[in-house]
Amino acid sequence: MLRQVSSSVATPGLAVEAVDLVKDFGETRAVDGVSLSVPTGSIYGLLGPNGAGKTTTLRMLLGIIDPSSGTRRVLGHDRPLEAAQEIGYLPEERGLYPSMYARDAIAFMGALRGLTLAEGRRRADVLLTEHGLGDWSRRSIRSLSKGMAQLVQLLGTIIHKPRLIVLDEPFAGLDAINQGRLEELIRREARAGVTIIFSTHVIAHAERLCEHIAIIASGQVAFDGSVAEARGRLRPIVRLRTRVSEGPWRSAIPQDARCEGDEWVFELPEGGPEPLLRALLDGGAGIETLAIERPGLHDAFVAIAGNKAAAAMGTTGTGQ
Amino acid sequence: MMRMLRGAFVIARRDFSATVLSKAFIFFLLGPIFPLLLGGVFGGIGARVASQTEQPVVAVVSSAEDYRRISAARERIADTLPDSMVVQLAHYSPQANSAAQQKKLLASRKPPIRAVLTGGLANPHLMGPVNSDSQAVGQLRLILADAKTAQGEPPELPVTATGASTGSMVKDRALTGQIGQMLLFFLTLLLSGMVMSQLIEEKSNKIIEVIAAAVPIDSLFIGKLFAMLAASVAGIIVWISAGALLIQLINTGGLRNLPNPAVGWPAFLALGVVYFAMNYLLLGSIFLMIGAQASTVREVQTLSMPATFAQVIVFGFAATAVGQPNSTEALIAAVFPLSSPLVMLARAAQQPELWPHAAALAWQALWVVFILRLGAKLFRKTVLKSGPRAKWWKVSRA
Repeated sequence: MLRQVSSSVATPGLAVEAVDLVKDFGETRAVDGVSLSVPTGSIYGLLGPNGAGKTTTLRMLLGIIDPSSGTRRVLGHDRPLEAAQEIGYLPEERGLYPSMYARDAIAFMGALRGLTLAEGRRRADVLLTEHGLGDWSRRSIRSLSKGMAQLVQLLGTIIHKPRLIVLDEPFAGLDAINQGRLEELIRREARAGVTIIFSTHVIAHAERLCEHIAIIASGQVAFDGSVAEARGRLRPIVRLRTRVSEGPWRSAIPQDARCEGDEWVFELPEGGPEPLLRALLDGGAGIETLAIERPGLHDAFVAIAGNKAAAAMGTTGTGQ
Repeated sequence: MMRMLRGAFVIARRDFSATVLSKAFIFFLLGPIFPLLLGGVFGGIGARVASQTEQPVVAVVSSAEDYRRISAARERIADTLPDSMVVQLAHYSPQANSAAQQKKLLASRKPPIRAVLTGGLANPHLMGPVNSDSQAVGQLRLILADAKTAQGEPPELPVTATGASTGSMVKDRALTGQIGQMLLFFLTLLLSGMVMSQLIEEKSNKIIEVIAAAVPIDSLFIGKLFAMLAASVAGIIVWISAGALLIQLINTGGLRNLPNPAVGWPAFLALGVVYFAMNYLLLGSIFLMIGAQASTVREVQTLSMPATFAQVIVFGFAATAVGQPNSTEALIAAVFPLSSPLVMLARAAQQPELWPHAAALAWQALWVVFILRLGAKLFRKTVLKSGPRAKWWKVSRA
């Protein structure tokens, strides 16, 4: 049964709520019935391969485009632009005026969100100094490196101290050092109680940062919940190496166990590790090594979205 | 509404600063100098070429006394016309073989002889490759007639200077109207193109995405339009100030020599600025709507071409009304919103009444509001589209 976001009352504890969002571009359906619930104060990851509909979903949530059908509520507002002064947004394709000074670019983004130009410039100077770009404050954007320009835009996203930050593929194009800085900045904002939504096709980032995720594939939400819940959909993996190749112990491992080199790999049976261990010992397996691995988000993603979507992500996760 | 206006102000302030503080704006300000410089340079070259080219000459084969009287008559005509426009003469004494002399003179290259006048004042005859109704022959007839009857210096003609006559004013004021109309048209077209290019730049570097997430897209539309309007008004103020200074420096020439508009210069200039604003807002909205459909400069050029041609036709339509401000064509052009500012400015040059301008401005303001709203609506629906492009007839449902 379809539910609808109440037009009068926001669900307590949710910063963003979307129900059955659909977006058609001509004959093409880019987003097909996406429903999301983003808890207030959480770091929420939107995972999916390129073209899955992540950016279109974010644009609908922000009110940049209207959905063809469905409803959304952002920070208690049915019209997201009404909450614009409490939202920060970093789009996937970065955009800054090349001739503007770094501080003016940040102040301009603040002015768009309701700050005065003077206050924006003051805060911009503070932020730039905090992030090691104090000397670049009065330099034009075109004189900055790509990483610096991205940092400037990110600072412009948070200058007005928003309650909700939306980052579309924020790590794209950043080197490892700047990725680390960005992760730290996201964590710092989250510690301050800010809700953060970011889209990514790099599972490792989501795994390190997110408490909640939604997996989007082909315009639909395949999963929406906590990272633990996603991982919990898979049973732990057992990696077993024995000294004895055949014997009664073989009946203790599942039929679909696969042999990878000199070790057996299979899902932990229903009873858990103790019955398995007992059966292996009683069956004379001669255990050389036995490891029980908790599945990574990548494995959960493959299980939820399918191998095709995982291949399209083209990334590595901790499960690998 | 306040949010929309505030957003429009933020965008207009940014665009205005970026435009006015850019190098391109200096070129924009210097824009009017280039046609003047080019005109001066080419005019100078033309004059030099004209002065250096040897003018064809009519050889006068006559007695010295006859030539003196003919030459004096020519000088009297040359006092009223530029010398280069009056037929040139050269004197030759008659020789025994008249036919041979004429043949020799017609073959002369230094000076190049165009025709030979023989027979003196008593029995003049012209020979050469000239038509009997040509300008040169007409002038020769006048010169000969004057030479035969001239009593020396022309009579005194006392002159009492008055203001312009009705007949001369109608023509002169039409010229003022035409110049004002052309300035309005070209300036509007130039600025509409500039504002459209800026939009394409923002679309291509994705700043528009940041703006659209923060303020209503109508703010972007209105902010951009008014920023360019403010920049252009700044430019106009600079041009007018520079022009006034120039007129002070060169006491003759410039506006001083231009025919006074019927409503007077102050009202004419004020109306010029207001009609420019109306014309720009109407045309700028249309060009911004076009810019919203395009994603590359090439697309913009393709899409804006029909609009530019349409505007040229509108300009042509408005131009037909100059000189006949009360004709049916002029009234239709004054009512049609896209030609109304052009026609009414020309009217201000020719008709002194101010009430038609109040009515026209109210009518144009109505259309500006309508087209701004329509433009903003279409802009909102199309500027941030991604994915396959919807058919234009489905825009209303997008």
